[in-house]
Amino acid sequence: MSGPDEKPAGAGLGDEILKRVVVRRFDVQDIVLVPILSVVIALILGALTMLATGVGFETIGRSFVALFTGSLGSLSALSETLTAATPLILCGLGLALGFRAGLFNIGAEGQLILGGIAAVAVGFMLKGLPAIIHIPLALLAGMVAGALWASIAGWLKAATGAHEVITTIMLNFIAFRLTDYLLRNPPIQKEGRSDPISESVLESAQLPKLLAALDPSYRLHLGFLIALLAVAVVYWVLFRSTIGFEFRASGANPEAARYAGMRSGWIIVLVMACAGALAGLAGANQVLGVLGRASPNFSAGIGFDAIAVALLGRSHPVGVLLAGLLFGALQAGGRQMQVAAGVSIDLIAIIQALIIVFIAAPMLVRTIVPWAFRAGSGARSGAR
Amino acid sequence: MDIELRGITKRFGSVVANSDVNLTIRAGEILGLLGENGAGKSTLMNVLSGLYRPDEGQILIDGKPVNFRGAGDAIRAGIGMVHQHFMLVPVFTVAENVVLGVEPVKALDRLDMKTARAQVRAISTEHGLEVDPDAIIEEIPVGLQQRVEIIKVLFRSANAIIFDEPTAVLTPQEVIEFFGIIKSLREAGKALVFITHKLGEVLEVADRISVLRAGKIVGEGDPRTATSADLAEMMVGRPVRFAVERRTSPPGGPLLEVKNFTVLNERDEIAVAGIDFTVREGEVVGIAGVQGNGQTELVEALTGLRPTAAGTLTFAGEDITQASTRERHRKLIAHIPEDRQRSGLITDFSVAENSVLDSYYAPPFSAGISMRWPEVYRESAKIVEDFDVRTASIHTHAGNLSGGNQQKLVVGREMSRDTKLLIAAQPTRGIDVGSIEYIHERIVKARDEGDGILIVSTELDEVMSLSDRILVMYRGRIVAEFDGATATVKDVGLAMAGMKA
Repeated sequence: MSGPDEKPAGAGLGDEILKRVVVRRFDVQDIVLVPILSVVIALILGALTMLATGVGFETIGRSFVALFTGSLGSLSALSETLTAATPLILCGLGLALGFRAGLFNIGAEGQLILGGIAAVAVGFMLKGLPAIIHIPLALLAGMVAGALWASIAGWLKAATGAHEVITTIMLNFIAFRLTDYLLRNPPIQKEGRSDPISESVLESAQLPKLLAALDPSYRLHLGFLIALLAVAVVYWVLFRSTIGFEFRASGANPEAARYAGMRSGWIIVLVMACAGALAGLAGANQVLGVLGRASPNFSAGIGFDAIAVALLGRSHPVGVLLAGLLFGALQAGGRQMQVAAGVSIDLIAIIQALIIVFIAAPMLVRTIVPWAFRAGSGARSGAR
Repeated sequence: MDIELRGITKRFGSVVANSDVNLTIRAGEILGLLGENGAGKSTLMNVLSGLYRPDEGQILIDGKPVNFRGAGDAIRAGIGMVHQHFMLVPVFTVAENVVLGVEPVKALDRLDMKTARAQVRAISTEHGLEVDPDAIIEEIPVGLQQRVEIIKVLFRSANAIIFDEPTAVLTPQEVIEFFGIIKSLREAGKALVFITHKLGEVLEVADRISVLRAGKIVGEGDPRTATSADLAEMMVGRPVRFAVERRTSPPGGPLLEVKNFTVLNERDEIAVAGIDFTVREGEVVGIAGVQGNGQTELVEALTGLRPTAAGTLTFAGEDITQASTRERHRKLIAHIPEDRQRSGLITDFSVAENSVLDSYYAPPFSAGISMRWPEVYRESAKIVEDFDVRTASIHTHAGNLSGGNQQKLVVGREMSRDTKLLIAAQPTRGIDVGSIEYIHERIVKARDEGDGILIVSTELDEVMSLSDRILVMYRGRIVAEFDGATATVKDVGLAMAGMKA
């Protein structure tokens, strides 16, 4: 890399050019300032909502304290936050990958459930394996299932031009019904049960609890470390690999990508497969790390919340990590809020939704708090 | 109506787009405003049409100072602008577009299309702007769409009309018609501004010429006495060479052989109808033709972006008819696409990323699937240096570069590699003289190094000055061939229009 070390005298213009860097002021604003302000404004509007529904000031204060203590206030709270964040991060990474490549994948939920079912199947069917083999196999099964399911939408788009928003939504419905069917029939359905529920994952396929030594009730499990690893891998793929270069080029300007000799059809299928693999991994993470089995609605809308996570994180792996942690914290804190202050957890959904609205409309944030953006507002108009 | 701009200064942050500009526009006169891309022409005209407010200076109409708070004020004051990119609703008729926003209405706010049509017709006949009021915009040619824009401006009773690069999108025939229109508007007493960077055009129609460089008026010219060379020097700030050195050595063996080549367009109609030609080593072959005679399809098929319906393509003795775009790139065929913004660059990518847009897949820019960014940066810095791409840094988004610099980046990317054949479509479209000169020099240099070069351009001047051999394409066929040294503009022009020379 070209470091800051001094070049010998007579270094050419090329070296001079290499040293020049550009600091993009408005990028910092868009990536850091807008999300932070969005959260703050959403919390304020959340308080106003509570006020409007007749909740007293004291209760509102108590609920925000509970929101904080329930997410960050103790090791147990932190464990809950990270546990909730893990699948959101994994799934969000997959969606971010798609967004970068210009694909709006709404099908993460379906990919996630099927990944979960596949992981459960491997998790209870393969008996007598050591954990070190069983866990990777079960995770891999989840990824493969998610990848295959998502590639269908990719293939449809590449081959026929069918829009991925439509096909992934439709594939979600098929995935829901398929899951229903699988959970009600052998071999997935638990023996002796008539309701839709799967067999339990064997001990050897369960993701180990990370803090069990301190207190067995801490739910934080290996999946969180896998999610961190996935952040690094996705970052590498997007910004350090030729495949990521192709993904980003196709997303930013498909015509130019085609002119540059990139094979768009192949890229679409590959992106969808990667996105599906990450969603499937998120599903596997839930059944192997938290739930221990699959039941209807075990996905709990993670695949949809992850869309918000990916958008909030500006489709950047590190952004997704931070957004996932925030949403994890809101969920963990929201449960505490319900318990301690008696405020419905639906309020958390409102706050999450408001955050998304503000993220999606940065101009709105700029209008509400113009003074925060003074420094670089001219940079944009001056660029033209 | 006379307009005077007095001491206009407009800043964007720390960038000064216009600095103390004085300009007079008089009734019954055409003012030619010359300047390179980024010289501040558009900013100045946006000030005049009320879109920007100047930081300093004032605008006087017939001696009285005016203060425009928005485009509406300028329109009411009688100033109209015909933009380079037309602002028309494609699915509306001519008359509907003309009256849009100021529609004549009958009782109860009902649209009075009959009056609208009559008014459009009246303006058409008054100024010789023939156009059918009931034609749908998207179905009429660009030249007619421009007339609609002009009628639109006249309909809003403009006495001063600003034309922003009006000829950029027109065919040679349409340009001639446009000159007729602008001259008749002058006869009608309108004050006219003609913004361009084409020297020949401004010399032909303007009554006075002002040259803008780096936001300042650097000179005035009288079209009767000024020469292209003087004006170009004023625009660029240094002498510009127009003549391209002719080939001194005879060309080598055949490099690209095109036989019975047939290509279909999107609607499965024949766009290129069984043509034959050869490009030899060390030879520049120019394909002239009016836009839309199959050139785009031909280039796409030659570069593997569009399937070949029939015929064969042989490159260096090897059949590449079925080869993919990437394979052709590997075989050292370079391609400068005709539309840099749409297909040549990714405006959201940095200059560095764009520098390897089609060569990222191989060493030294990547090893396996791993990108080697330091190598990419080094290459990009080299392109920026060698091809004089004016950019703040290689990490700047390509979209922030001016058109000429974007084009130099594309040309640099394609030509910095060791190539054997260069296919250049509109290599200098919409860029300034300084950049054109530079790109032409590089093309000639590549030819002298033994590359075969195919230039496809609708700019007749460009084809004429660069080509060793000129082929004229008309309705998907090659209808004429000329020797570059002896061809005349008249003969080539006639062949382009489909008339046998």
